Amino acid sequence: MDKLPLQGIRILDMTVVWAGPYAATLLADLGAEVIRIESIQTLAPTTRGIMARPPETVIQNLPPFAGGYPDRQGGDRPWNRSPQFNSHGRNKLSMTVDLRTTRGKEIFNRLVSVSDIFIDNNVAETMEKLGISYAAMKSIKEDIIAIRMPAYGDSGDYKRYRAFGVHMANALGHGLVRGYPDMDPSTNSGEFVVDAAAGAQAAAAAMMALIYRNKSGKGQLIELPSARATFAYLSKSFLEHTITGRIPESLGNRDSTAIQGCYPCIGDDRWIAITITNDHEWNQFVTAIGNPTWAMQPEFKNHLSRRQHHDMLDEHISSWTQSQDNQEAMHLLQSAGVISGPIMDVRDALNDPHLKDRNFYVEASTPDTGTYRYPTTPFKMSETPLTIRRGPVMLGQDNDYVYREVLGVSDAEFNELVQEGHIGTEYVAEIG
Amino acid sequence: MTDKALSGITVIDFTEGISGPYATKLLADYGATVIKIESPGVGDGTRRSGPFPDDLPHIEKSGMFLFLNTNKKSVTLNLETNAGAKIAQELLKNADAIVESYKPGTMDRFGLSYQDVKEINPKLSYISISNFGQTGPYKDYDLSEIVLYAMGGEMYSTGLEDESPLMLGPNMSLFQGGAIAAVGSLGTIYRSQLEGSGQHVDISLMECLAGSIDRRMATTLAYEYTGEITERKALSAVGYPLGVYPCADGYFELVGGLLRWNQVVQMLGSPPELLDPKWSTPEAMQDPELNAEFDEIFFPWILSKTKQELWSLAQANNIQSAPLNNMEDVASDPYFKEQGYFTNIAHPVAGDFLFPGAPWIMSETPWEIQTPAPLLGEHTQELLSAIGYTPNDLVRLREQNCI
Repeated sequence: MDKLPLQGIRILDMTVVWAGPYAATLLADLGAEVIRIESIQTLAPTTRGIMARPPETVIQNLPPFAGGYPDRQGGDRPWNRSPQFNSHGRNKLSMTVDLRTTRGKEIFNRLVSVSDIFIDNNVAETMEKLGISYAAMKSIKEDIIAIRMPAYGDSGDYKRYRAFGVHMANALGHGLVRGYPDMDPSTNSGEFVVDAAAGAQAAAAAMMALIYRNKSGKGQLIELPSARATFAYLSKSFLEHTITGRIPESLGNRDSTAIQGCYPCIGDDRWIAITITNDHEWNQFVTAIGNPTWAMQPEFKNHLSRRQHHDMLDEHISSWTQSQDNQEAMHLLQSAGVISGPIMDVRDALNDPHLKDRNFYVEASTPDTGTYRYPTTPFKMSETPLTIRRGPVMLGQDNDYVYREVLGVSDAEFNELVQEGHIGTEYVAEIG
Repeated sequence: MTDKALSGITVIDFTEGISGPYATKLLADYGATVIKIESPGVGDGTRRSGPFPDDLPHIEKSGMFLFLNTNKKSVTLNLETNAGAKIAQELLKNADAIVESYKPGTMDRFGLSYQDVKEINPKLSYISISNFGQTGPYKDYDLSEIVLYAMGGEMYSTGLEDESPLMLGPNMSLFQGGAIAAVGSLGTIYRSQLEGSGQHVDISLMECLAGSIDRRMATTLAYEYTGEITERKALSAVGYPLGVYPCADGYFELVGGLLRWNQVVQMLGSPPELLDPKWSTPEAMQDPELNAEFDEIFFPWILSKTKQELWSLAQANNIQSAPLNNMEDVASDPYFKEQGYFTNIAHPVAGDFLFPGAPWIMSETPWEIQTPAPLLGEHTQELLSAIGYTPNDLVRLREQNCI
């Protein structure tokens, strides 16, 4: 076997922000030819940055994932330097076309005729305005597979509801089962679980449709609302309600059955997470930390009584962790069979000996950013090793390949398309 | 019988817990035949975790087990015995894929390593899901939801500056690992269906998180680009309105800010004091005084409305937003109900409960619960008979504690 799993599959990618692009990244990692269809006339905010050319003051105030351009400088082409985009931009191609024009629509149809999968996660209005629908694509390519990723669904009352991942998570109940238990949920910080969940499952759905197409010759439409795909993740809290009638609340860092917490260690803002699920692990824990006298008190005699005195126990555990290095404590406890691990900031992650041993971060380059380490694919395959085959794709980087080789346009037509503003590598000045 | 996306694909499933069973549940619910191997009398540990009806633990009534194992068949095999391991090899002969989540090295001990089974069945896709991967210094370490999120995910920057880092809700990271494992499984299966030869995929849950779009990939890259570590901090003075606010009957989250300022003003009924152009510049949005002044106008308004009223109003003005629902709100939401976010599953022992339903809809190949989660060993007899074991063999194997 020498072909990557999805080698030979061409995917048209009109995804924006986080969820859709992540699905496309996973498919690209597996070897598909993913062509991002972009436009130099429009920028979907928070895809290649919140603005095409954000002013210096805006960049300085953005959180690192959004404003952390190399050296905090947007440079000549900020859209090719955004950490948000570049974190999922690997292994993809990019072409530009203005889909609002007749010629643009014709180009799109030609692309559909030579592709296997179409994927997008725009709001319904955007696709309606552009006249892009599964029925229209199917009339051009009978066995096309299309994946639509609306927020809640492509029909009914919430069809047009707008949401980022964190909003969908809240509508599904996540906001009230996480957070500091003694604090108002308005202190909750952001999370992008929905994007991660929907992105991964869209990639899974795409491959199921490919497997089915191989045996039946049929394509199909997949409706994968991000909220819907995430609901399974909340199953424990949901089932607690449907099975016991209770309404679950946030446990903070605790667990419904274990002894668990996040405890301070030596150093500035260093922590370790520990989970003790039963009496055996407790005994291992007590031995590993040197049989302190506090561990012998009657309140801690069994799992149930330890759970009843969890606050008191946490104080004692903290008194031990405070004199420990979090990495060394993990090795000590894990060697004794106690589940634990340091809370790793990004510097810890990049320097982690285990991830290094497994070559999880690899260098990649683009002319507009230079060379940096990037997280790579989570699949280690024995016969077809996967890696970052090319760095994060730049806007319009593959116009030549896509127009000339995939679509076979002539030099004359190519020049016309440049003149008409379809082909380019820089956003027009008017959009800022 | 309606054709399913994965009809005709057989998976032998040696997983337990959350991540592995979620990966194979996705395959089973879209049509694969998934044969779950459990240890006799014990089974998947999730059978002993709740929630349970009336809070009474029972191995056939665990809510999480019932959810994660729909459409699967359960065969009990004692893999520590030669006869048990031999039966597993026989089942693998005609399978398309094996998914396992044991500690690295365990399958070798049973004579079921990738090298071993490749000899028996070269087309087999062999997917190993483990905490930290099959190699490396942490390979034998254990994890829980909090440890996975702490080491692989973005726990460090989740929460407040003066408090400890904070995990997400129960199981969120473990499910993500499962979804990613399903992606890796399907990629391998797809290729082996075309070429008739499989391969080994080593999936580390830690790497599923370290490479996740839930911020970690982007914060890692931001550090590479700038040397800045993403810290825990409350959102403040980054545009108004933004974040979670109290309202008449709970909490509501929305994103206003520069890009949606006109919609926000409209939603608030265009009060004259907000029509001043001073509000809508990038600098204004970052000015703590203007943020405070805005709050004085905004709080009385939002506190006078329920979360459902706010959701309709905000959406009518195209503002990204949502109520903070509790699980009772979720279960009674008419839209989620009508769209099929939930499904009722009747189980012969546990009873009849509402579970999360189809995660996505395929126009040609339905998602369907054909059978509820299996009883421990429910299909042992059926599947062993199918590969030639006689009733006498089964009695003997049972006596020897092999099945």
